[in-house]
Amino acid sequence: MGAPATGRSALRQHVTRVADTVWEIPPTAKPGMRVPARIYATAELLAQMDDGVFEQVANVAMLPGIVGHSFCMPDGHWGYGFPIGGLAAMDPDHGVISPGGIGFDINCGMRLVRTNLVFDEIRDRIPALVDALYKRVPAGVGARGFLKLSDAQFGEVAVRGAAWCVEHSYGWPEDLDRTEERGAIAGADPERVSARALERGRQQVGTLGSGNHYLEIQVVRPEHIFDPEAAGVMGIDRPNQVVIMFHCGSRGFGHQIASDYIQSFLPLMQRKFDITLPDRDLACAPFSSAEGQAYFAAMKCAINMSFANRQMILHRIREVFAEVLQRDARDLGLEMVYDVAHNTAKLEEHEVGGRKRRLLVHRKGATRAFAAGMPDIPAAFRNLGQPVIIGGSMETGSYVLRGVLSGQQTFFTTAHGSGRAMSRKQAKKQFRGKQLEHDLAQRGIYIRSVSYAGLAEEAGAAYKNIDDVIAAVDQAGLSRPVARFTPVGNVKG
Amino acid sequence: MPYRFLADQFTADVGFVASGRTLDECFTAAAEATLEVMLANPQSLQPRELRAVHAESESLDLALLRFLEELVYYKDTEQLLLRPTGVVVTQREGGWVADGSLEGEPIDAGRHELCADVKAVTLHRLEVRRTNGGWEATVVLDV
Repeated sequence: MGAPATGRSALRQHVTRVADTVWEIPPTAKPGMRVPARIYATAELLAQMDDGVFEQVANVAMLPGIVGHSFCMPDGHWGYGFPIGGLAAMDPDHGVISPGGIGFDINCGMRLVRTNLVFDEIRDRIPALVDALYKRVPAGVGARGFLKLSDAQFGEVAVRGAAWCVEHSYGWPEDLDRTEERGAIAGADPERVSARALERGRQQVGTLGSGNHYLEIQVVRPEHIFDPEAAGVMGIDRPNQVVIMFHCGSRGFGHQIASDYIQSFLPLMQRKFDITLPDRDLACAPFSSAEGQAYFAAMKCAINMSFANRQMILHRIREVFAEVLQRDARDLGLEMVYDVAHNTAKLEEHEVGGRKRRLLVHRKGATRAFAAGMPDIPAAFRNLGQPVIIGGSMETGSYVLRGVLSGQQTFFTTAHGSGRAMSRKQAKKQFRGKQLEHDLAQRGIYIRSVSYAGLAEEAGAAYKNIDDVIAAVDQAGLSRPVARFTPVGNVKG
Repeated sequence: MPYRFLADQFTADVGFVASGRTLDECFTAAAEATLEVMLANPQSLQPRELRAVHAESESLDLALLRFLEELVYYKDTEQLLLRPTGVVVTQREGGWVADGSLEGEPIDAGRHELCADVKAVTLHRLEVRRTNGGWEATVVLDV
């Protein structure tokens, strides 16, 4: 069956449906493809995907050492080199590492925090909470964190990640148990990071950023708990419970590391590595080369800085809730559910063709979704599968899901958000930030934003429908929905 | 205005085409466009701080990328919003060099209407080309 006939990319004509929500572009569709490309989507979501997705998922299939397929998740849209929602597993001995397969905002990710509160208890306090969060969690252009770190201290953060924060009393020890990689991936080496990247990152620990980064107070409606047992294990255990979710990454630090290494790989690709690709944004180096290993070690610094960033923000959230509600954070039950990374490359063991293989898995705007029984899942979730946190637009809603065994088809990877359907410029033309703020208030969502222009860019209508994305990952068996959250307060970067 | 934003082509980010009769003007226009992505009212910027800028590369487009990266760097490290002045682009043995100054002031949320935080200048569609009237550059910023 062919794909819906919209868009201009010639590649759309080559797309065939291999399952209800799985579409394939064969390697014959574009010269240089080494493996087929697969897009996970409902027919409706596929039709909405921009042409860039089809070209880019095919380009990724050209990377040396790619194993199986080049993938795109249901929330996929155009990105740099890889599509956002892109996934590629590489043979670590013969394959490449590509900063474009990880993204500029290394370890951009989501953190979900539960509370003992129900909405009625704090309905009237939402504006006060949001206003205080807005003040205490810096956001927007050039935002600086409250931590004043020396170069040496920032180097420690880059190596020790969230553990550094907990050791310095910016968190609870159990927070680390609930963070992917326990908040610090091994092998980070600040010596592989430029002075410029260190300078950009040093002041930004504990800042939200801008663009699609946000901090939300949300409510779990009773009808939105789809898997009560799993929700209970995650601490989502009462009707109309209040939770907090936020999305941010490694800020200028990750961006500078990506920029530095993309620029350093470019002149070497043909001259030294004999690699030719159709897009400079796919700049890469053999993973086993000195250059590839240097980037891997530098990228890990940004992964750790990002875990630390989210840890510091959680610390601020606990302070704000305790102050505004005049109750201790532990008494309020402000416990982490989980912290997931979106933009990473990690060495993982996966079964391919009936045998276990070590693979370098690039996920860009895609979430790891390990199934029950797999290693690296917190003990509490060992029988459940890893929690997956998927944020929607600020107007719609967000989800927590869990990893399942059928996720093996995508190296245990699922979607990361709703994915943009409209460009920022288009959204700014169509929506007015101030009006949007007013409309949201009418619908019970109190919002504070650094910038009205930025707010307009993030209007709900600029995004795909989050429920469609979740339906697609559920139908495809990439992860199973546990609960849906409705926003009631939002701080927008 | 010697730059125009590209409306619908970049779903998540911001693209623009900057032009000028000379490369100096073209680079200057690209830096002005980058500033406007971050600051909706660039006329509010007062020239209180000055930073020298020097960017070079084997290729002209990468020289522009590195030149624009200076604006991002000072925004993140010193919280300075800056605009270009006295930019001179020259071809030398082994590549291209852009020299000049950036002037502006620290971010002041009271006076500055802040928009998107530019996080990187990307290679995507990056191009500096000759036109009938001079030079034109296409740039996509990650925001």
